[in-house]
This record gives sequence, structure tokens and C-alpha cells, in this order.
Amino acid sequence: MERDLVIIGGGPAGLAAAIEAKEKGIDDILIIERDKSLGGILNQCIHNGFGLHIFGEQLTGPEYADRFIKKAKDLGIEYYLNTMVLNMTEDKTITVLNENEGLFNIKAKAVICAMGCRERTRGALNIPGTRPSGVFTAGAAQRFVNMEGYNVGKEVVILGSGDIGLIMARRMTLEGAKVKMVLEIMPYSTGLKRNIVQCLDDFDIPLKFNYTVVKIHGRERLEGVTIAKVDENRKPIEQTFEYVKCDTLLLSVGLIPENELSREAGVEIDRVTSGPIVTEAMQTSIDGIFACGNVVHVHDLVDFVTMESRLAGRMAAKYIKGELKKDGDFISTKGIDGIRYVVPHKINPENVEDNVNFFMRVDNVYKNVIIYAEHDGQIIYKAKKPMVSPGEMESIKIKKNVFENIKSGEIKFGLRRA
Amino acid sequence: MYDVAVIGAGITGACIVRELSKYDLKIIVIEGSYDIANGATKANSGIVHAGYDAKEGTLKAKLNVLGNRMYEDLCRELNVPYKNNGSLVIAFNDEEMKTLELLLNRGLKNGVEGLEIIDKNTLLNLEPNISDRAKGALYAKSAGIVSPYELALSLCESAYLNGAEFIFDAKVTNIIKEKGKFTISTSKGQIISNFVVNAAGVNADEINKMLGGEKFSIIPRRGEYCLLDKSQGNIVNRIIFNTPTEKGKGILVSPTTHGNLLLGPNAHVIEDKLDVSTTGFGLEEVIEGAKKNIKNVNLREIITSFSGVRATPSTGDFIIDVPTRGAVNAAGIESPGLTSAPAIAIMVLELLHKEGLTLNFKSDFKNGRILPKRFIDMNDEEKKAAIEKDKRYGKIICRCEQITEGDIVNAINCPLGAKTVDGVKKRLRAGMGRCQGGFCMPRVVEILSRELKTEPENILKADSGSYILTGKTK
Ligand SMILES: Cc1cc2nc3c(=O)[nH]c(=O)nc-3n(C[C@H](O)[C@H](O)[C@H](O)COP(=O)(O)OP(=O)(O)OC[C@H]3O[C@@H](n4cnc5c(N)ncnc54)[C@H](O)[C@@H]3O)c2cc1C
Ligand SMILES: Cc1cc2nc3c(=O)[nH]c(=O)nc-3n(C[C@H](O)[C@H](O)[C@H](O)COP(=O)(O)OP(=O)(O)OC[C@H]3O[C@@H](n4cnc5c(N)ncnc54)[C@H](O)[C@@H]3O)c2cc1C
Repeated sequence: MERDLVIIGGGPAGLAAAIEAKEKGIDDILIIERDKSLGGILNQCIHNGFGLHIFGEQLTGPEYADRFIKKAKDLGIEYYLNTMVLNMTEDKTITVLNENEGLFNIKAKAVICAMGCRERTRGALNIPGTRPSGVFTAGAAQRFVNMEGYNVGKEVVILGSGDIGLIMARRMTLEGAKVKMVLEIMPYSTGLKRNIVQCLDDFDIPLKFNYTVVKIHGRERLEGVTIAKVDENRKPIEQTFEYVKCDTLLLSVGLIPENELSREAGVEIDRVTSGPIVTEAMQTSIDGIFACGNVVHVHDLVDFVTMESRLAGRMAAKYIKGELKKDGDFISTKGIDGIRYVVPHKINPENVEDNVNFFMRVDNVYKNVIIYAEHDGQIIYKAKKPMVSPGEMESIKIKKNVFENIKSGEIKFGLRRA
Repeated sequence: MYDVAVIGAGITGACIVRELSKYDLKIIVIEGSYDIANGATKANSGIVHAGYDAKEGTLKAKLNVLGNRMYEDLCRELNVPYKNNGSLVIAFNDEEMKTLELLLNRGLKNGVEGLEIIDKNTLLNLEPNISDRAKGALYAKSAGIVSPYELALSLCESAYLNGAEFIFDAKVTNIIKEKGKFTISTSKGQIISNFVVNAAGVNADEINKMLGGEKFSIIPRRGEYCLLDKSQGNIVNRIIFNTPTEKGKGILVSPTTHGNLLLGPNAHVIEDKLDVSTTGFGLEEVIEGAKKNIKNVNLREIITSFSGVRATPSTGDFIIDVPTRGAVNAAGIESPGLTSAPAIAIMVLELLHKEGLTLNFKSDFKNGRILPKRFIDMNDEEKKAAIEKDKRYGKIICRCEQITEGDIVNAINCPLGAKTVDGVKKRLRAGMGRCQGGFCMPRVVEILSRELKTEPENILKADSGSYILTGKTK
């Protein structure tokens, strides 16, 4: 089978990219989604809070997804459900598996990777103790509760203050479980402020900073955990060890972009984001393979995913039509002084539309700072921020003419005291 | 009424029952847990040792070398992953180089083939990621790696195909011998048998006591591990050991048959035989020990940690003897028990025969396995055919290991099939990949509940009490 544009993943990223490419004149588009419906992770987020930026109103995850699903269907965009991409090669041939067509190959002119991310698990944290049932990633628990209709436990401790954990704290409380505490090893939360207020504060669930779980107890089902305060090097302090009885431990300790397919194809990966290195056009290191959404870097707001993915869709359309420029000296970007990463990593000014939206995350909580961008000793952008935090992604817009003036070299993004 | 009852379905019991099933006998395996290989056999290093470790003249030395020679054929017959990749004992100073000489000589006396001491250059050519501080190594070409629980499973399946029966969740609580017959009480009722084999791992001392054998005890010694993602599986090609000292054998680094990297084990005596927990201190010990031998390993790629308990016998050697007429002990089977198990089985059969068990070869002995080939192991044509026959082969459930719904349904419904989430994992590796079941576990629960025709609340992770769900939502 041959296709102009294949999009791997039918979450908000894949959907937005597909719609945009279609509207820019690409007709032959196929979205491939391994789950039983389009919408991605949004399908299990039945809480409010999506769409403030894009639609100016508060939607639930499924409502937000539905707007895009409906649009994609109206536009006649083709999609396969229950279909998994098993492999992708450098020449954009992808191997696909499903129940009806079996195993087959598709050769695409362009591919957009929109595979989202997966959750970090207990193993990645290497928490010692027994290996009983009752230890779940927050996402797995969310799937059981919201999609399958089953509760996973009665007395809950949550490790990590990521958004999924916060939302599950509220959800399980509403289901009658006792959520005893949320533990966060860092001195700040990796979740959104509004989720802390709406999911913990409103239900009197304590959030303990600088705390972690050091041991898991119980042979068959979880019986309890030992918690501990950590020092500034995040090492547990022995005098603070405390046993907490519980039958459930939810882990909300971060997400990892799902890039096994990209890696196999030979796409260059950024060690900090664990996502592909991308250009202003959201193109990866392989010509014609684009990427957007959580597969590139973990977003906290779906609105930004949509923005980034629309860009990827437009640029993939240009690429297919042969309008995307690749030559020219690229400008590269880099985070320094408190900025952990910057996306995109490379800019070709010729492809920039009106401006470039840079997404970045800081490495700690800072108050009253200036985010600046510097090129060759020259400040090309600065903005004052009352507060920045690793839990909230920062976004900066820089106009096209700035890049036209500099053409090459490195733009460094950093923080300094206001 | 059975001819032989084997207590314990670890690798020892599995090798024994497979060997017994070649003869015209009515056999039953009595297993206390919910599945095959739930004891030491599921949590060990998976090394088929060469045989230079054990003192000459011991059962350990003899059976290790014999067992090692049987592995390649056995794994081929049963289609179990096995790789003869060789092992290296690394020496860091002159004293350790001397120890290597001792090991070499002991190995030669034990009958180990393919042993040689190599210098630093040869070593670093073989394994570029070994620490630069290494001086040389003992290279044992006959060592290898195997997937221990898959081997135990396939041995049991083979025995089942040849008529052996299995009872699970049936802990042996008492044995009475009357008129030459054994009445074995279990949590699932009584079983009567003419002969009994004790392959009960850490509990073999208790079974020996029930049989009235000469007293010995099993000292549980725990070993902890860290398992790394496949991205680290190529750091070394061979099994890397430290030179043993009075303090112990050190931490080994080895690829697994599935391409992951295994670090461990340490060794600590514990109180509770069933305590397979890990400790912060222990995991630290494992990581530090591994770092001594190799460089360039990315410890951020740890995907899980676990521990297993060695059944260390008070006598210092394997105990393979006759506690009372008609019964045979295969006790104190600590390392190199996995390697030795095929040879232990032969020895146990000889003892049973001496005790009067008639061994008539079956003419219709069937080789092979019950569990069908996994989708991922099929070639493209087989894959196409599988999907055509059963559409569910077209649906991936475990993304990391690419296990399909068809695979899982078969693993549940076949004889000796999976009854729990861990059972599915053990048979197929669903949930053993980098996401450790984060994604597929809810789906596996759903399939188990559908196929076993029970509510999802009744589905267990491993043994009774390990329920996953607590009821329907409001
Ligand atoms: C629990 C939770 C709560 C959130 N809360 C909010 C909130 O309140 N407000 C907000 O604005 N944002 C929120 N977000 C963030 C937002 O939902 C995500 O950033 C967004 O869903 C990411 O979109 P995506 O398309 O990149 O990834 P996903 O939604 O994960 O979609 C990726 C899709 O790709 C598919 N896929 C992956 N690999 C393959 C393959 N090999 N073959 C076929 N298909 C594949 C997956 O099945 C999936 O459907 C939340 C996220 C989570 C997880
Ligand atoms: C940390 C560690 C590392 C090791 N590394 C290696 C290695 O690299 N190479 C090697 O050759 N060997 C190794 N070994 C040794 C090897 O794993 C063991 O020798 C082997 O698995 C023992 O098998 P088994 O069948 O005797 O015992 P187990 O696998 O423990 O099986 C015993 C079975 O008996 C059952 N049982 C117990 N009591 C009762 C009862 N009362 N009623 C019914 N059933 C009962 C248990 O449930 C269990 O299933 C290692 C061991 C450990 C712990």
C-alpha cells in the first residue's frame, strides 16, 4: 500500500496534524491508532480543564477530543483503529498489524509520529520491598476506574504529584476510597497548580513535599509502605522513616515519550526530552518524518499539543508538495542557566511562518526571573516572569524577522534574576 | 493411587517429572502455589554454569558438569531459549589472578572442558565494556544462559503431554507411610502414592521431616537483582563474574536470553524462607558491585528489581538420598541447581529404581510443548496464517513485547495454562517489557476474566490474596 501521509497515533496530536494537512490540500491521509477509539489519552481524562487556550472554554478530555474526531470525520480523513504500527524504517515504510487486514506494509511520502508517551513504573524508580498486587501506575488505575468501571483499592497512597496522580486522588476519593497522602520527592509539584487546588486541597488530602516511598510491604496484596523525608540530595533520611498502612500505591512519577518506533527508524533523540530532535517544521532528523505532541516532549496542556501538531500537519503538507526548504545553515537552540530543554532544536528561517513558538521547561522553581534568548552575545528576546516551575511548560514566541537577521549560529535560552 | 508423587514444581521437580513421564507410570506433581516455577526457579541468574566453582568430589561438582552437558540438547528438544555464550571470571590484581589458577585446576579436575586463562588484551577484545582495571580472566566456553521458568514450564508441559497429572494450590502438610504406601495430605485433600520425591525447594527440610529422614535444615539465603532494558543488553556478550573471595562470589553481569541485562545477586541469610522482598541496601550493593566490573552501563534503564531465595543446605552439598524406603530427597538444591537439575533427575530416577520402582520405557513418548509459538516468534508466513485462523492474533495487547490477544487466549486456555496475571507474564512475557505492564495489565485482567468466566475482581496477580480490583465503581 502507498500513501501520501501516514500519521501514527490518533490522539489529539495525530488528529490535529491530520486535519491541518487535509485543509492544506493533502487528500491521501491515513491515521493509525492502536486503541479501540480515536482521542488518545484524553479518553480516560473525564475531568474538566481542557481547551481553555484553543476554545476559550473548559471541556472534559473526551469532549475536547470529540471536536477533533468529528472534524476529522467530516473531512473524510481515513483512519484505522485497533491497528498497531510495529516498525518504521528510514525510507518511511511502516509495518502494521490488525485483526482484519493482518500484517502489511505501507510506504508513505511523509510520516507524522504522534505516539504520545507512557508512564514511568515502579521498576524505573527501583523502590525496594515486596512485589504484591495493589501497586499501579496512575494511568493504569485511571483506565480501570474510568473506562472499565472497577475500583482498584480502598486506602491509597500516591507517589508523585504528576497530574494523573492528582486527578486520581480526587476520583478515588469520590469513589469512596481514603486517599491518605500524596508524596512528592521534590520541593515542588510537577503537576498543574489548578489540579493541586481542585484535586487535593478541596478534599483535604495532604501533599508532602520532599517525601518518598522507601519500601513496599505485603506478600500478596499491598499492606503498607514505608515513607521517608529526603535531604537536599534526595536521599531518604533514616530518622524520618514511617510506616503507612494502605492497600494501594499509585505511581504518578512521570511520563516517557514513546519513541521505540522512531529509534528503530534511526531518528535522532534528545537525551533530555527523550523525544526526537525537531526543526521549526517539527521535522525529525530523517527527511519526511515529522513528530508532534507528547512523543516530542511531555506537555501538560493539550492546547499546546494542538498548536504544535497543527504546525506539523501544515509542514508535512508542504513537504509532500515539495515546498518545504531544507537547505541553508540551520540555527540551533539550547537551554542554559535553569532551562532544561528547548523545542524546536533547529530553525531554518526560510520555513518559519510568522513566528516560532519555543517550548521549554525550567529545572527548578524560581521567582521573579527574566527568561531571555541570546544569540552571539546579543539579547534577542526577554520577558519577566513572577514565577516559573518545572510543572508548567513555558512558551515563547519569536518573530520571523529575528531569524532572518541572524541566519545561523546558536540561540541560547536562559533565566536570570529580574 | 499413583506410582510416583513429586512434591514441588520448580526446575528440580520439573526435570524429574519429565524424566519419569518417559516411563509407563502414573505420576502426579503436587505444587503448593498457583503455578509452575514460583519459587527459586523464577528468580535466579539463569546461568548454566561451567562447573569450576564446586569442590571436586561433591555432588554439586559432578551434577553441575553433567547437567551442563545436557543443556543444549534439552533446550533444543523443548524449544526453550538457551545460549552458550561463555563466562568470564575477572581478576583485578595478582592475588585474584592466582585464584583464577585455582579455579582452572579445580575445573579441570571436575571435568570442565573449554577453560582457559586470558590476558587483559584478549579480555578487552572480547568484552570492550569491562573495566580498564581488569588484569585478566578465566574464560569458560561451556557456560551459557537459559530462561529458567520457561524451561520449567516446558518440561512440565512435556510431562503433561505424556500423561503426568498436576495439582496446584495444594501445599503438602503431612505425609503418612502405611503398608508401603504414602498418604500425602495437602490443602486440597489426600493423595496416595507408592513412591514420593521431595523437590520442595526451601521447604525440602520440612518434607524430609514428614518422611522421617535424617535431620538437615535449609538456610534461606536471599539474592537480589536489577534488570535493565534491552537497550543495555549488549553491554556485554558473556556472563561476567567477579573472582570469588572469602566475602563471597560478588555481583555478576549477564545478558539474558531475551536481550535484557541482569545485575546481581548479593547473598544474605534471612529469617523467613518466603521473603522475596528487596532492600534499598541490597539493590545499592548490586549496583555498586556491577559498576566495579563494567563501564558504560546506563543505570537509568533499570526496569525492575526482584529477589530469589537460595535453599542452602546445612550439609554444604546437594542432598539426594533416600529418607525412607520408597522416597527420594532432592533437597538443598541451591546454585548450581538450575544447571544440575537435568542430571539430578537422572540420579533421582536411579534411586527410585533401586527402591523398587519399575521403569518401562513408553514406546509412544511425545516430545514437544503445549503452548503454541508466540506471534512474535513466527515468521511472516506463520503470522499471516495465524491471523487468518484467529483474528485475535492481529491485536497487540502488550506493546513492549508485542504479545497479541491470540497468544494470551491460548496461554490461558491450554492445559497447564495461565490462571493469573503473573502466569500470563511467565508464559508470554506480556508485561515484562520496559513499561512493566503499565499499559497491558488492565487488558490482561479483562481477558483472564473473560476466558476463565469469572468476575474481574476474582483475577489474581500471583497467589491467593493477590487480588487486583476491589469492586465496581459507583
Ligand atoms: C491523566 C492526564 C491528565 C491530563 N490532564 C490535562 C488537563 O487537565 N488539561 C490539559 O489541557 N491537558 C491535560 N493532559 C495532557 C494532554 O492530555 C496530553 O498532553 C495529550 O493527550 C497528548 O496528546 P498526544 O496526541 O501527543 O498523545 P496521546 O493522547 O497519548 O495519543 C497518542 C496516541 O498514539 C497511539 N499510538 C502510540 N503508539 C502507536 C503505535 N505504535 N501504533 C498505533 N498507535 C499508536 C496511542 O494509542 C494514543 O492513542 C493530561 C494528560 C493526562 C495523561
Ligand atoms: C539468587 C539465586 C541465584 C541463582 N543462580 C543460579 C544460576 O545462575 N545457575 C544455577 O544453576 N542455579 C542458580 N540458582 C539455583 C537455582 O535457582 C535453584 O537451584 C533451583 O531453581 C531450585 O529449583 P527447585 O525446583 O529445587 O526449587 P524451587 O524452584 O524453589 O521449587 C520448589 C517448589 O516447591 C514448592 N513447594 C514448597 N513447599 C511445598 C509444599 N509443602 N507443598 C507443595 N509444594 C511445595 C514451591 O512452591 C516451589 O514451587 C540460583 C538461586 C538463587 C536463589
